[in-house]
This record gives sequence, C-alpha cells and structure tokens, in this order.
Amino acid sequence: MTQSATHSMTHPVTHPSKPLRQSIALNGTVYETALTKKYARRKPYVPKDPSRLTAIIPGLILDLLVKPGDEVRSGQGLLVLEAMKMQNHIAAHDAGTIKAIHVSPGETVAKGQLLVEFQ
Amino acid sequence: MSLPKKMKDHAAKHAEATVPHPEAARKQAAQGKLLARERVTAILDRDSFHEYDLFVEHKCSDFGMAKKQLPGDGVITGTGTILGHPVAIFAQDFTVAGGSLGLAHARKITKIMDHAIKLGIPLIGINDSGGARIQEGVNSLAGYGEIFYRNTLASGVIPQISIILGPCAGGAVYSPALTDFVFVVDNISKMFITGPEVIKTVLGEEISMEDLGGARVQAEMTGNAHFYAQSEAECFEQVKRLVTYIPWNNRKKADAFSVIPSRSEVSLESIIPAESNKPYDVRDVIKAVCDGSDFMEVQALWAANIVVGFARMDGRTVGMIANQPAVLAGVLDVDSSDKAARFIRFCDAFNIPLVTFVDLPGYLPGIDQEHAGVIRHGAKLLYAYSEATVPKITVILRKAYGGGYIAMCSRHLGADFVFAWPCAEIAVMGPEGAANIIFKGEIAAAADPEAFRKEKVKEYTEKFASPYVAAANGHVDAVIAPHQTRDFLLHALEISEEKQELRPQRKHGVPPF
Repeated sequence: MTQSATHSMTHPVTHPSKPLRQSIALNGTVYETALTKKYARRKPYVPKDPSRLTAIIPGLILDLLVKPGDEVRSGQGLLVLEAMKMQNHIAAHDAGTIKAIHVSPGETVAKGQLLVEFQ
Repeated sequence: MSLPKKMKDHAAKHAEATVPHPEAARKQAAQGKLLARERVTAILDRDSFHEYDLFVEHKCSDFGMAKKQLPGDGVITGTGTILGHPVAIFAQDFTVAGGSLGLAHARKITKIMDHAIKLGIPLIGINDSGGARIQEGVNSLAGYGEIFYRNTLASGVIPQISIILGPCAGGAVYSPALTDFVFVVDNISKMFITGPEVIKTVLGEEISMEDLGGARVQAEMTGNAHFYAQSEAECFEQVKRLVTYIPWNNRKKADAFSVIPSRSEVSLESIIPAESNKPYDVRDVIKAVCDGSDFMEVQALWAANIVVGFARMDGRTVGMIANQPAVLAGVLDVDSSDKAARFIRFCDAFNIPLVTFVDLPGYLPGIDQEHAGVIRHGAKLLYAYSEATVPKITVILRKAYGGGYIAMCSRHLGADFVFAWPCAEIAVMGPEGAANIIFKGEIAAAADPEAFRKEKVKEYTEKFASPYVAAANGHVDAVIAPHQTRDFLLHALEISEEKQELRPQRKHGVPPF
C-alpha cells in the first residue's frame, strides 16, 4: 500500500550479552527485535554486475567461441558448457566487447564461477 | 429545471467528472504514462467503452476529506469489447488523489467484478495507484480485502488480466497476483510488498525501486509478470492478442479463428540435431506444427528452460508446453515446474487442450534445488497434469528420462495420446549412468574396464535409448516421423473435442502449493 509512512534508519546494536538485537523505528514506534543467527549471517544484496558472466550450471567447458577483444552482439554464442548431457551454448546477454575469458576448454566449472568479463 | 437545462447540466457534470486536472495530467505525461481514460480506449474497440458509476462519491469526512471532490473516486469502470469479445474493465486514475484506494473506489471495482462473474466475461484491471487512501483508514483495507475475495471467487470462472501501469505496492499487489495474467511495461510498472524505504530501514540495504520490483525484474527474475513490453502501446497489443486465445468463461471454449496454413513441415526433420547432446530451440518445433507459426509465449523471460504459451491448431486454441533444450538443457527445476503447472491449470480451467513436447534429461541436480524444495514444486507439475481433464496429447521429441519422463504428461498421468519421434530416448536414465550402475561389478573385474564399459553403454543405448520399448508396452501409442506430427495432432484434437472425464466428487483437491 502506501510508501509514505515514516521510517528512521536503524543501527544493529550488539549488546554485551547475546543474542544480537536490533531496534527498528517504524511510523514513530520503536521495535526491539532479536536477530537470528541466520539473519545475522545473511549475504547482503549485491546488484548483478552485467559485465561479469558466471556459470548458471556446473559443467565442463568444451569450446570457446570468442576471444578477448572480440565485439559480440546480444544473443551471440560465447562458449560451450557441457552439463546435463547437453552441449549448452552460453550466449551474450547484451552486446559488448570481451575483456577477459577466465576459463579454458577442458576445465570443469562450478555454478556461479566467473567465465567471461566484458568491458 | 427545464428539460434542455437538465441536458446541459448533465453535459457539464459529465465533463467535470471526466476531464483530468491539467497539472496532474501533465505529471502523468511527464512519466511517459497515458491517462486512465486514454488507456481504456486504447485497449477496447473504438467507441465500445460504456462507463458506469461515474458519479460515485466517497463518504469520508475525516482529515478534511469532506470538501474533497474526487471524480469517479479515482477509478474508471465499465464494459466494452476487444476485437468483438466482451470484457469488463477498470482503470485506476493516478491523476485523482494518486489513484488511492478508498471504500467507494474499491466498491466500484468489486461491482464491475461481480458483473463480470455473473455475465461470464473476462475482467481486465489496470493498476496505477499510490496505495491505500490513508484518510479512510481500515475502510480502505476492507476495500482491498473485498477485491481479493472476488479475485479468488472469479478464479477459474472468468479469465482475469492485470495490467500494471504505475506503482502497485504493498497489499494492493496481491490482487494482480491472484489473477491469471499480469502485464508489465518497462520503466512504468513497479510491484513490491515492501518498498526500498522499508528495506533500507529494516535491513540497512539500499536498492532502487526499479531493481527491487521493476518490470524487468518481475518478468525475468520473479515470474510474477507474464508479459513484458517496452511501451504501453506494445502492452495493449499483447493484451488484445491474448484475449483472442482465451474463452469468455469456463463454460465456453475459445473462439476458433480461420485456419492459416502451417509452415512447411519438412523443416521439422532438420530442427533436431543429429547428436542428442546438441541444443536447439524447441519454439521452432512449436511454430512448425501450429497454424501459421503463430505462437504467443507466456512468461518468455522467466524459467526459459520450459516454454509455455498459446497457439492454434485448425483454428482452435491449444496450450503448448515444451522443454527447452537451448536453456539449461531443458531440465525441470523449481521455477520451470511452477511455471508450467500454473499454465496447465489455466488451460484446464478454461477448456483449452494441452499439447506437450518432451525433450529433457530430467530434474536439475543441486543442493540449492533440493533446499529450495524442488520436491514440492516439482510435484505441482505432476498434480497439474494429472488433474487436467482437457484433451492431453504428448509428443516425445528426443530425451525422456527418469522422473522427467513421467512428469511431462506421460500416459501414466493420463495423457490421451502419446506420440514419439524415432529419435526419442525413453528410459529410466541416460545410457552412461545406467551401464555404470548395472555393470558396476563386471566393469571393475574386466581386463579392460573402459572398453568393457563403453561396450555396455552401447548395448544399453541400442536396447533402451529408443521409443520402441515404450511402444512395445503401449506407453507410446505411435512412433511417428516428424513430418507426421501436425497431422497426428490435428486428428487427435479433433476426435477429443467432446472428451469427458469424470472424477470422484470433492470440494477441491489439495495441490502442493
């Protein structure tokens, strides 16, 4: 609903005794809340960096279709990643210039591993 | 008052209620947004819009509201036609009190919803609202609740379409979420439950409104939106096109459109690569089979490892579901199961036959998948296919392994017809894995384990990686050449036209969602 409610910035407060607590001021009321370990350990949001192409699936690099310095169009195949019995063609999301390629044919990659960097 | 004066007075009242405040209109235009009234006329057939409840007024007297006149209370409601199809429509007007929802505003919406349900015509809602009208307090919340309730009652009775053309945040966004199709437009649509401000306060994390819940995010990352457009004009064309594929209500079938000849089918043979580990775009198969290669993909940008959408066969609407080997090898996972299950349930509710094209290595292995509940989400797909009583026809193009084979509308989940191409591989798992398990001991004991293993893989491939074992057991009705596909499908759909499948009576099932 409305986003006009007033909020004030919070500051996680580490009390000498556990657990970790935090106060949140929302619409003028201050709430005290205990933080779970899972919450405290959570990974903060990092915006996706369009200049870094990472592996969407673990697998084996079969072939590189481009080299550093190449200009690629959106949708152009960059490399072949074998996974799930398939030679997956990994394509460029946007047009751009290849800055670096971080894998070579025959290499096994993990999910999320950096494959290609764009300028 | 004399009669001519009454007429003149009416014209003046009408103009007052329909002409937007110039400053508010300017602001709306500055954001690249059309006015609510312009949107309605752009979607509907020329001169077909008939407006109701133009003179509805709010009853709020708190916080200086008594003196505030809000034309139409910030929402336009009425009925009209789209390419001759009747629809009920409402459009929130951001130029009137920010399109905020008060009780009168909500009652206008629920009234047109009630009409749509009773008359059995699709409902189109255009959302562009700052949210609850705070001055009206809990009455505003009541309004939202009454809308959600009707969205639920209308579900599976009339098609419901939501077009997000502005902010749609907090509780308000649950109405679109309860409808069948959500349309978003780049830079204009914003959907979220808690906005960037609250996230910053509570979590200390900063994110822009666009990155949190913009059109692209909703269409590509969350799957909340079904159709994405660059402009309002493009969005309205998509809405009109969709309306032609769906029926007025659940008692009817979608109107048939004159048959456009299919693209030459000779190409079907050439779409699938010779090696089974090479990808291809399964949409080429769909387009080669359906009328005029005319395929309207739903949720094209999200969970692209499965393709769903509407096409026509001999003029009749068909729901197409296909594994996409070009994306993630076409595996099933949490999102693709969810996407396909929802689409299947829409088609089943609205008498649209299902055609399924199968080519998948199975479910995606992974810790993140298991921990994300792939068991529960994958089960949605089994449930949706098994529950559907519309004609169900399956074509196995290439790989159909393990649980994936069962899930993709196999005979065992009630498919009426199952066809397979000669290159189909239907087995419990791929030959490599199977041979490794069956001959584990023998491979280890062999003089040349690798040569022995390869031989056994070959043996298994020849014996099981084909459609003929399944055909020998009647799990596949016919092994067909690719160029026969359209003919077999057309015939199967034609003879299934009057299909009836009776199930034991129940209040409703309990699907795993």
